[in-house]
Amino acid sequence: MDNQENKKVGVTGWIDKRLPVFTFINHNLRDYPTPKNLNYFWNFGSLAGITLVIMIVTGILLAMQYTANTDIAFDSVERIMRDVNNGWLLRYIHMNGASMFFIIVYIHMFRGLYYGSYKYPREILWMLGVVILLLMMATAFMGYVLPWGQMSFWGATVITNLFSAFPVIGDYIVTFLWGGFSVDNPTLSRFFVLHYLLPFAIVGVVALHLVALHQFGSNNPTGVDVKSSGDTIPFHPYYTVKDYFGLGVFLIVYAALVFFAPNFLGHPDNYIPANPLQTPAHIVPEWYFLPFYAILRAVPDKLTGVLLMFAAVLVLFLLPWLDKHKVRSATFRPFYKQFYWLFFINCIVLGWVGAMPAEGVYVLIARIASVYYFSFFLIIMPLLSRFEKVSELLPSSISAAVLSKKFDKDVNESYAK
Amino acid sequence: MKELNTTTKNKPTSIDEEKRDFLFITTTGLAIAGGGAFAWSMIDTMNPSKDVLALSTTEVDLSPLEEGQSLTVMWRGKPIFIRHRSESEISSADNVSVEDLPHKESDESRVKNPKWLVVVGVCSHLGCVPLGQKIGDNKGEYGGWFCPCHGSHYDTSGRIRKGPAPLNLEIPPYEFVSDDIIRIG
Repeated sequence: MDNQENKKVGVTGWIDKRLPVFTFINHNLRDYPTPKNLNYFWNFGSLAGITLVIMIVTGILLAMQYTANTDIAFDSVERIMRDVNNGWLLRYIHMNGASMFFIIVYIHMFRGLYYGSYKYPREILWMLGVVILLLMMATAFMGYVLPWGQMSFWGATVITNLFSAFPVIGDYIVTFLWGGFSVDNPTLSRFFVLHYLLPFAIVGVVALHLVALHQFGSNNPTGVDVKSSGDTIPFHPYYTVKDYFGLGVFLIVYAALVFFAPNFLGHPDNYIPANPLQTPAHIVPEWYFLPFYAILRAVPDKLTGVLLMFAAVLVLFLLPWLDKHKVRSATFRPFYKQFYWLFFINCIVLGWVGAMPAEGVYVLIARIASVYYFSFFLIIMPLLSRFEKVSELLPSSISAAVLSKKFDKDVNESYAK
Repeated sequence: MKELNTTTKNKPTSIDEEKRDFLFITTTGLAIAGGGAFAWSMIDTMNPSKDVLALSTTEVDLSPLEEGQSLTVMWRGKPIFIRHRSESEISSADNVSVEDLPHKESDESRVKNPKWLVVVGVCSHLGCVPLGQKIGDNKGEYGGWFCPCHGSHYDTSGRIRKGPAPLNLEIPPYEFVSDDIIRIG
């Protein structure tokens, strides 16, 4: 690309000629041309990356203190809380980090859904993101088992039992997952190993996610392709600063949770040691699984419920082919935009009923919400792809959008001053 | 910085360099302070924890130990050698010219009561446990201890006399709680 700029001298030049790390950083974090109209929803990718690093660092330090054995796992966590220097801080950062990670990734996904970031040519980018989500879910679930409290044990029992729904092979799968005939020491031991391993698999998929991203660059709020260099600005300093500011805001929220309400998102029953003889009255998964849990419980048939729950995540893989509308951004799709917000509210409702007892009116709400969840992807999206007209407001380019009166009156007001 | 390809119409006419410096320095300063505080609290988790520090004293009753006998106790995960020295062992340790020793320490400075030698049983070379506590062990050429790993010889005062070890066997902090009981640590 820009050869003049990359001719470095001295030690960096010597290394760069043989191993072009500095050229790589320059291309991907400095000069990297980025659409000039990205809003704050584009902060969540880098935030997710930073959270992943925080989780791995705190996780490695926790693993140095934790013992994966049913006899002492619970006590070893209490030892971290009481005896290890800043152990409480270490654990609370890791524990709440999981929640923060899911909040960030969910916002990141809703942003992609709103602005059509999964459409041509970013299908694989999106699908790699769904792979990351699946890995995160597996990792988070197994991490929640490690403290070996009541919720750990019964959560592990319930989730592994999902596989028993499959006819004929179901019981064999469950016995295999457990390494025995109930959730016990072999289960805890393998969950710990996998909980340590999978984050590094996530790092690998994140690397691929970034390669796929940088192939065509970021999407933007207009959803219109970059047409000229006038549509872009260099990543540094414009977006490094914007990301940095967003990171500051995020860390304030994260720290507030860690220091003032560390157990707000957790369940108090997990501070009771695991007891295989007594199930807690209300089994509730961590909040980030609640919408899927609601779908599971909405279905009266065991196998169908399990299949639909898995399908709720897997359907995301098909998104680029379900929504074939030419316009990416919901800003210029008046009908899609309304269904989108309904879908957003629907996900919150699913999360809410997932936390409620599975009885009475909650079951009905869960059923309606589940139907809408799948209808949005499987019926509304394909229909809109065919029948929704392309809006006249769609700008011809990013620069045109930025300068257009129709697009953003505020921008023009600030120009007038 | 490189010229930008933007089509911004109203470029700012002047840049307040002082304001930019202020923002840059305060932002960077805060990031370093915050990052440092976070990094240190995380690294500090690897230092000895409270339950480990709580194990740092050990009391030992010396009364069952006859003259010439040795006892090994654990303190902070390490063996502590306690030897009830005979008159001949004390005098052989005392009669050495301190100037001739690799690590110059008099026997007097290494004991609280000459009858009792208390040393950390870890060779100062590379951390092996020397032989000499059990009957029949090789006690080395100077009648104290012998490290089988790399051949270091210690005398009856636990001082290095021959071999690669640079220092005498370490004396742990201890005190006599009564005539027969010591508290190590």
